[in-house]
Amino acid sequence: MRYAMLIDTKKCVGCSDCVVACQNENRVPIGYCRDWVIEHAKGTFPNVSIELRSERCNHCENSPCVRCCPTGASHYEEGGLVMVDRGACIGCGACVQSCPYNARYSHPDGFVDKCSFCNHRLEEGKNPSCVSVCPTSCMYFGDIDDEQSQLSQLLKNRTWKVLAPEVGTKPQIYYLT
Amino acid sequence: MNEEILISGRMNPHIDPTLGIWGWEIPLYLFLGGLAAGILFFAALYSLLGKEKELPTAVRKATFLVPVILMVGLGALFLDLKNKLYFWQLYTTIRIESPMSWGAWILMLITPLSMAWCLSYWRDLIPNWTWQVKYLEWIEEFVQKYRKAFAWTMIISSVILGIYTGILLSAFNARPLWNTSILGPLFLVSGLSTGAATIMWLSKEKLERSLFSKIDLLLIGIEVFFIIHLFMGFMASNAAQIEAAQLFLGGAYTLPFWGGVVLLGLVVPAILEVMELRGKHIPVAFPAILILVGGLVFRFIMVEAGQISQYLY
Amino acid sequence: MSKSRRDFIKISALGFGGLVLANPILNTMIGQVQAGEPMDASQFKRVPTYCEVCFWKCAGWVHTDEKGELWKIEGNEDDPHCKGRFCPRGTGGIGMYNDEDRLKSPLMRVEIDGKQTFKEVSWDKAFRFIADKMNQISEEHGPESMALFKHGSGGAHFGKLFKAFGSRNITAPSYAQCRGPREVGFHATFGANINSPEPVDLENTKCLVLIGNHIGENMHNSHVQEMSKAIDKGLKIITVDPRLSTAASKSKHWLPIKPATDIALLLAWMHVLITEKLYDKAYIDQYAYGFEDLEAHVADKTPEWAEKITTIKADVIRETAREMAFNAPATLIHPGRHVTWYGDDTQRLRAMAILNALLGSWGRKGGFYFPETAKVPSFPHPAFPSVSWTWKDYLDGKYALAGSSIANVFVDATHPDNTTDKKIKGWFVVGTNLISTIPDTKRTLEAIDNLDLFVVVDTMPMEITGYADIILPECTYLERYDDIRVSPNREPNIAVRMPAAKPKYLTKPSDWIVRKLADKLKLSSYFNYKSYSEVLDWQLKQMGHSLAEMQEKGVIKFERKHENLYLEEGEEYEFGTPTGMIELYSTDLEMEGFDPLPNYTPHPEPPAGYFRLNYGRAPMHTFGRTANNPNLNELMSENKLWVNPKIAMAAGIVNDQEIWLENQDGIKSEFPIKVRVTERIGMDNVYMVHGFGKSNKKLQRSNGRGISDSQLVTNVMVDPVMGGTGMRGNFVKFIIDKPEREEIS
Ligand SMILES: Nc1nc2c(c(=O)[nH]1)N[C@H]1C(S)=C(S)[C@@H](COP(=O)(O)OP(=O)(O)OC[C@H]3O[C@@H](n4cnc5c(=O)[nH]c(N)nc54)[C@H](O)[C@@H]3O)O[C@H]1N2
Ligand SMILES: Nc1nc2c(c(=O)[nH]1)N[C@H]1C(S)=C(S)[C@@H](COP(=O)(O)OP(=O)(O)OC[C@H]3O[C@@H](n4cnc5c(=O)[nH]c(N)nc54)[C@H](O)[C@@H]3O)O[C@H]1N2
Ligand code: SF4
Ligand code: SF4
Ligand code: SF4
Ligand code: SF4
Ligand code: SF4
Ligand SMILES: [Mo]
Repeated sequence: MRYAMLIDTKKCVGCSDCVVACQNENRVPIGYCRDWVIEHAKGTFPNVSIELRSERCNHCENSPCVRCCPTGASHYEEGGLVMVDRGACIGCGACVQSCPYNARYSHPDGFVDKCSFCNHRLEEGKNPSCVSVCPTSCMYFGDIDDEQSQLSQLLKNRTWKVLAPEVGTKPQIYYLT
Repeated sequence: MNEEILISGRMNPHIDPTLGIWGWEIPLYLFLGGLAAGILFFAALYSLLGKEKELPTAVRKATFLVPVILMVGLGALFLDLKNKLYFWQLYTTIRIESPMSWGAWILMLITPLSMAWCLSYWRDLIPNWTWQVKYLEWIEEFVQKYRKAFAWTMIISSVILGIYTGILLSAFNARPLWNTSILGPLFLVSGLSTGAATIMWLSKEKLERSLFSKIDLLLIGIEVFFIIHLFMGFMASNAAQIEAAQLFLGGAYTLPFWGGVVLLGLVVPAILEVMELRGKHIPVAFPAILILVGGLVFRFIMVEAGQISQYLY
Repeated sequence: MSKSRRDFIKISALGFGGLVLANPILNTMIGQVQAGEPMDASQFKRVPTYCEVCFWKCAGWVHTDEKGELWKIEGNEDDPHCKGRFCPRGTGGIGMYNDEDRLKSPLMRVEIDGKQTFKEVSWDKAFRFIADKMNQISEEHGPESMALFKHGSGGAHFGKLFKAFGSRNITAPSYAQCRGPREVGFHATFGANINSPEPVDLENTKCLVLIGNHIGENMHNSHVQEMSKAIDKGLKIITVDPRLSTAASKSKHWLPIKPATDIALLLAWMHVLITEKLYDKAYIDQYAYGFEDLEAHVADKTPEWAEKITTIKADVIRETAREMAFNAPATLIHPGRHVTWYGDDTQRLRAMAILNALLGSWGRKGGFYFPETAKVPSFPHPAFPSVSWTWKDYLDGKYALAGSSIANVFVDATHPDNTTDKKIKGWFVVGTNLISTIPDTKRTLEAIDNLDLFVVVDTMPMEITGYADIILPECTYLERYDDIRVSPNREPNIAVRMPAAKPKYLTKPSDWIVRKLADKLKLSSYFNYKSYSEVLDWQLKQMGHSLAEMQEKGVIKFERKHENLYLEEGEEYEFGTPTGMIELYSTDLEMEGFDPLPNYTPHPEPPAGYFRLNYGRAPMHTFGRTANNPNLNELMSENKLWVNPKIAMAAGIVNDQEIWLENQDGIKSEFPIKVRVTERIGMDNVYMVHGFGKSNKKLQRSNGRGISDSQLVTNVMVDPVMGGTGMRGNFVKFIIDKPEREEIS
């Protein structure tokens, strides 16, 4: 099993609901966030296109943040989740430096925090909070190893990309383009 | 027009608008680590070459600074930790893939090593000293007995420490500016050069001073070579690295780097040293201080600019 | 400036909150939970609510943790308004409760040493003051001289109080500042109002036409969801907008129209549909009245004619018309919502209705469905007294087609220049920030200065509160009961709102405020209950349900009892128009002396150096009400001025530079606004999100962040048909250096 997320940039409206929902669900303090939204506009009026992308930790398969962590606080869990053990994190910032996506932040309580794919919800059989709130349903979450999952099907039938593949992190968030 | 903006207002402290998770602590830590490695390297080297008498500063005197330097360095590292009370977690595991981890361990090894080394020369400093604590005497005797083995361990660990100060950065593929294998050797050489400069500065012996002056000249030459290589590597690489290099080639760090580090920290001291070797009287503190400050500034710039450089997607 | 009876009070010496903060029990309630691990949701409670962050009223659940603190709000899966998903504003509704800048206690305007300030008073004192003034106004002018401006749930309670008191002068800005022209335009055509939520069958639409309607930024929940679903099924979108809206970026065709020329485009589309015989002939033959007139009317409205006006290429007009016809009747010309733009709005909306008719989309799958509303019995009360006049009498036949009260007319009836004997002397403003809501603020303030009593009921120290005699702090929707939500939909349904937390500080729900005030006014017989839960339970029991059941379910859906969702093939159908048919030619409009068929009239263009002021919504904010919300402010803390790169270059302004704006009447923005240089907007207009530039310093997060579009909307083009306030005819120029201005104390 390998958890992954798929986001359809053709449907995302950039509303940032995913950001607020995450903040509430995971008690991310005001002023911080685990996910964020990028707007990329290209062209010259009136031939302009925009891409909207909700971004967060990519739960990379080849994750530099796990490698760099001197204490083992950053680690893999079942399904390929990249997690931070708050009790083992010394807040050295190595993992923050190592992440090409700037997906981690230093929590005011000292540890480093980031998207957990809402593992506490996965345990209950629910989707991550951002996925279940998204008004356009442009986010899909599932098992990429399962060929029958909606996620795998969409990857098969649509064009997609991952972010900064050249860094070699093997990110597990896919963007339909 | 190409417009890429954050529309969800993200402003994570130290992450936005540009990464700045490491402040002054880590560059200082890297500088001091390199400096300590440099001093220890020469001490061990010339001890092995049997030059203890000819080069007293290198082998003995300068090393007394090292424990202090390392403690301050470790202190800086400690201050960088956001979860300070958990720092002991560094020593519950060894993580080979994490430079931060083996850096912590190598410091754990080299700090007592350097202390023991100093201890063994303590009576050179204060001849009639008597140890109050028995086992210190024992250590002293032990080091003196196995000095060769000690020197070898110190050479190896100081090279590792020196390289480590560069590898700590270059391990982060995520930062295009750091993503180059030259940083390890470059930081090692820079560390050696700051070590040599310190020895030269402290030394009262003419012979020792001119030897380290020559060593320094050689190291500066190698450093310049590495720096040129570094930028040639960037320019031949991907867009992110080209952009990272631009920070130094017209970007915000152009003047501090080429003016501060290369000119004042390498070229000017080199010229001063050549002049000195040619018999002109130049106070030795001048080139030494320039090299040390240059080395410090170099680390600050590399850490700061590296954090700014990022992959675009 | 002459001294006003009601100086705007920005901060008060006696402070908001002094009394409250001195109270230790209240003090502990002010704190806010933070950080910590996400916790096991199983031990948490959930309380049903419907959202009040905008007027879509999505039903959801408020989750509280083991300490009873609010944790999060999630949508109710059974609710057709939200389908289990709240929009960002609803999700961030928690911040409405947590906002530490909330109004905390009743405040009364007092004068100390010649300086006006607010003083905290007890609820009882506030009620006595208000009741005295109301009785006084009633004696001098009659109870009709009390007017209520309302928006949102609290207004319903006050509406009852006003009716009991003897006034039907009740209004909301959601008509003449918002969707009024649409209701009149569509009613004149199909004999039915659009209402809210709009009965658009978006999830089945194949071709969606958006005339400046920016779904995706306009975050009306189920519509955003349905549009997205339809995109999955291959929806073709045609967006007409001078700006690349988010919806435009998802469109097959984006028509960057020259602002204010939409009617020409709509007429040209009709021309193509008719001349190329692409319209739904059977549908038109069976249901429509006045086709020949329309045919003749648009005969010369060729795409080439429209191209010159709209700048949209004639072949694009033809191509898009064919696209619409190809997908008809599952082609929806969305009626939009905020449609008070240029004063001829009813006519533009008529044109949109006619286009829908030609495509046969009314009453058809993928077009408009026939909605149904659940019936909720009203709680028994004595008959309301009759009134001697209402706003309609004041208007004396003007705007006769307006189906609802016109908020700006209430301002007129209050203004000193009202020479009739129907004068308004007292205002209650409940849940609407008239200062940034009704254009021409100067006139609103002149009216306010002419009042004998001005009561504001709000949750936040918004601009309007600064002019009140008495401010009554309402608790947020998360802390109260309100009326059962009944709105039209595919399936009739109801939803309830129950308090998830005790009201913070000294705030109170509207229903409590109204009951206590009714006591003082000797009107308690109209409010014969001790808690609003009694009313709700009684109503629900009449329907065979109960409040206890609703607490578990939140939403109940019912079977449809009446007509089908769509017209059957060839079904006989009587439309609610005078002819009983779809009126392409409007007999209503003709009778009132207006164009029975829509005409394009040119509007003024911005003079050299000026740009048309365009505004709209951002998905994470609702007007100005969320600007200070801690969660939502974080997402967007200020508005920016969208400027085309070429304009920016010529004006010498760059990204994120702060500039000021000055409009055609010399009005300057109070604060600077940062520039966003972007290709998403053309050269003839500049754009900003409505609702920023808060002037009250008490709003710590939002004060002075960005600017208020409302301040710059001083040219109001009133729709002669229904009195709507067209707000898009204002032109602004850039001011680079901070302008000198008299200090407003
Ligand atoms: N310039 C300009 N003017 C406009 C518009 C525009 O885009 N630009 N849009 C127009 C449109 S479409 C509309 S619908 C109107 C909307 O106009 P309004 O409804 O007036 O909009 P808001 O500015 O959100 O003001 C709502 C007020 O209600 C308060 N409030 C929020 N919740 C509660 C509550 O639970 N109880 C009480 N008592 N008060 C509460 C808020 O604090 C705020 O003061 O504005 C219209 N005016
Ligand atoms: N997030 C969020 N959603 C909301 C609200 C909110 O406050 N926040 N408010 C709700 C309410 S009450 C309403 S009424 C609706 C309003 O939502 P809409 O009805 O969608 O909004 P408008 O303000 O009419 O339209 C704004 C768009 O019209 C374009 N426009 C400007 N001038 C012209 C023109 O001359 N021609 C054309 N074709 N387009 C033009 C603008 O560029 C902008 O994209 O939104 C609702 N939804
Ligand atoms: S909630 Fe969905 S639509 Fe909104 S920004 Fe996030 S991904 Fe995009
Ligand atoms: S996105 Fe960053 S934090 Fe997440 S797994 Fe990859 S490298 Fe680590
Ligand atoms: S900050 Fe914490 S998680 Fe990150 S590398 Fe350091 S110890 Fe590991
Ligand atoms: S998966 Fe969960 S933790 Fe990650 S961004 Fe979404 S809501 Fe936040
Ligand atoms: S659309 Fe959003 S803000 Fe409006 S009622 Fe629904 S959830 Fe609340
Ligand atoms: Mo509206």
